Amino acid sequence: MINKNKIFKLKKDRRSFLKLTTTSMATIGSAFAVWPFIDSMNPSADVLALGIKEFDLSNIEEGFSKTFKWRGKPIFIKHRTKQEINEARKVNLSKLKDPQKDEDRVIKPEWLIVVGVCSHLGCIPLGQKKSDTRGDFNGWFCPCHGSHYDTSGRVRKGPAPKNLKVPKYKFINENKIKIG
Amino acid sequence: MAKKFKNKTLAWLDYRLPIFSVLREALVDHPTPRNLNYWWNFGSLAGIILVIMIVSGLLLSMHYVAHVDLAFDSVEHIMRDVNYGWLIRYIHSVGASMFFLIVYIHISRGLYYGSYKSPREVLWWLGIIIFLLMIAAAFLGYTLPWGQMSFWGATVITNLFSAIPLVGDSIVTWLWGGFSVDNPTLNRFYSLHFLIPFIIVGVVFLHIVALHKFGSNNPTGIDLTLKQEKIPFHPYYTIKDFFGFGVFFIIFGIFIFFLPNSLGHPVNYIPADPLVTPEHIVPEWYFLPFYAILRAIPFKLLGVLAMLGSILILFVLPWLDTCKVRSCRFRPIYKQFYWIFIFNFIVLGWVGSKVPEGHYLIISRICTAYYFVHFLIILPVLGMFEKTLPVPLNIFKNPRVKKKYK
Ligand code: HEM
Ligand code: FES
Repeated sequence: MINKNKIFKLKKDRRSFLKLTTTSMATIGSAFAVWPFIDSMNPSADVLALGIKEFDLSNIEEGFSKTFKWRGKPIFIKHRTKQEINEARKVNLSKLKDPQKDEDRVIKPEWLIVVGVCSHLGCIPLGQKKSDTRGDFNGWFCPCHGSHYDTSGRVRKGPAPKNLKVPKYKFINENKIKIG
Repeated sequence: MAKKFKNKTLAWLDYRLPIFSVLREALVDHPTPRNLNYWWNFGSLAGIILVIMIVSGLLLSMHYVAHVDLAFDSVEHIMRDVNYGWLIRYIHSVGASMFFLIVYIHISRGLYYGSYKSPREVLWWLGIIIFLLMIAAAFLGYTLPWGQMSFWGATVITNLFSAIPLVGDSIVTWLWGGFSVDNPTLNRFYSLHFLIPFIIVGVVFLHIVALHKFGSNNPTGIDLTLKQEKIPFHPYYTIKDFFGFGVFFIIFGIFIFFLPNSLGHPVNYIPADPLVTPEHIVPEWYFLPFYAILRAIPFKLLGVLAMLGSILILFVLPWLDTCKVRSCRFRPIYKQFYWIFIFNFIVLGWVGSKVPEGHYLIISRICTAYYFVHFLIILPVLGMFEKTLPVPLNIFKNPRVKKKYK
């Protein structure tokens, strides 16, 4: 009797063990098999290649901005005046929603380069043209739900939670930058 | 059937929407003959490859562009730029071949064990409908990469319809949406290629409903009446089907990773050129036997009809085969004709890949004739004269199984 029970238990354990290992192998295998399908929806090599672009700054005069397209999004390049730089640097950081020093947002103080997409829900803020409203802080104003950005592209008022993003870029010479 | 589920939420939901009990009936409890051999694995294999085709196709469709100027390049874009695009495309193109291989074996299994006989005629019909839809899906899909073989294959096959008397030419123009295979053709082919697999899913569902009405046939071909002759689908056949998947994935993988283009034609890596026909136009291997029948007959309309007839004749097979005994195991003479038929079909496939001249043409004609003779003469006559072996009353009386279950 005891012997029989033992055999039964052994058989049962063996079966549960096999069940467990089979199921886990199948799950791991399926996860590996599914990955290529998911990854195929990520940006492809040619899209990534478009992610690096050079821009010429030489014809943007002081006090003016220009918009370029990069990865399908607008890049704001602003040639800031002394006054605008001062305004941006004067601010008490504790007053900011998303505290960040202006010094950390630029490479050269006169050139502010940000991705022109409102951090609220993705509209493009106004302020690139001289005739645009620039909001209460003399930077940009998002018409969608009323977010105000300052001359450093930091959010100061309105529903947007974050500052305008600074893309990765570097100066290749005096008047040329490479983004991406 | 409406069994209680232990889980309260499940029981509540199932009481109102009984899909869970239906699924459990079909995939867990379903009483299945205990003597099925590995030839019964090919139904579930066809199911899994259908799913794989739909998933891989869906992801291809996210990158593919159905336009004559862009289609070829978009396929190259898939191959070079899209993450794992090469893998997904090879899964899809090798998968089409595997799908046909599996379904051919599945059909041959039915022929050998007499699965088409009463009361499974409708089940058999639904299978043939699936086969026809697969042919359409594969043909339409093959035009999409817009290589030379795509273009000329599409041209040749659509031109088959011009064999129809009187209205043939108008039908071809209608199919094309123009005066040659061109952008409108490519667009509608893409649309239909996308649609048909989902129709196949629907027909597969009916196929399974019909299957579960009388249950699977089995190697003895007899009706199973004893309780002990059946076992629950789960875990016995789920695990066996999964084992089959494993073996299949190894073979599938060998082709995808090491021989991805061995089943196709290199000419299709040349962009379509409407002004130059390649030297040999040959369909994919899985169409070759039917292509051979088409070319064996020197009259256009008759050739087309013979090709169609060679598939449609399967619809009346349950009545052409007059023998009451299902399985080949008990039909010693039919068994030999069965293998001759299979051999003949393979030879048809082989001549289908050759230029139809000289002795190839003669072989293709003999094989075509034999194909029809098998169905129209041999089968009806055999049913009348063949002396079948004694059929056991249940599977335990089958001499081969007896030893194990005594
Ligand atoms: C019954 C299932 C299916 C079969 C037999 C089938 C067959 C084929 C074949 C033979 C090709 C040409 C492969 C090549 O030479 O590259 C192809 C291409 C294609 N199929 Fe399918 N297919 C199926 C399902 C689907 C589904 C469900 C979709 C979309 C949801 C789809 C989308 C595509 C696309 C976009 C292409 C062109 C890309 C390429 O050529 O690789 N297919 N199909
Ligand atoms: S999107 Fe800019 S404020 Fe809402």
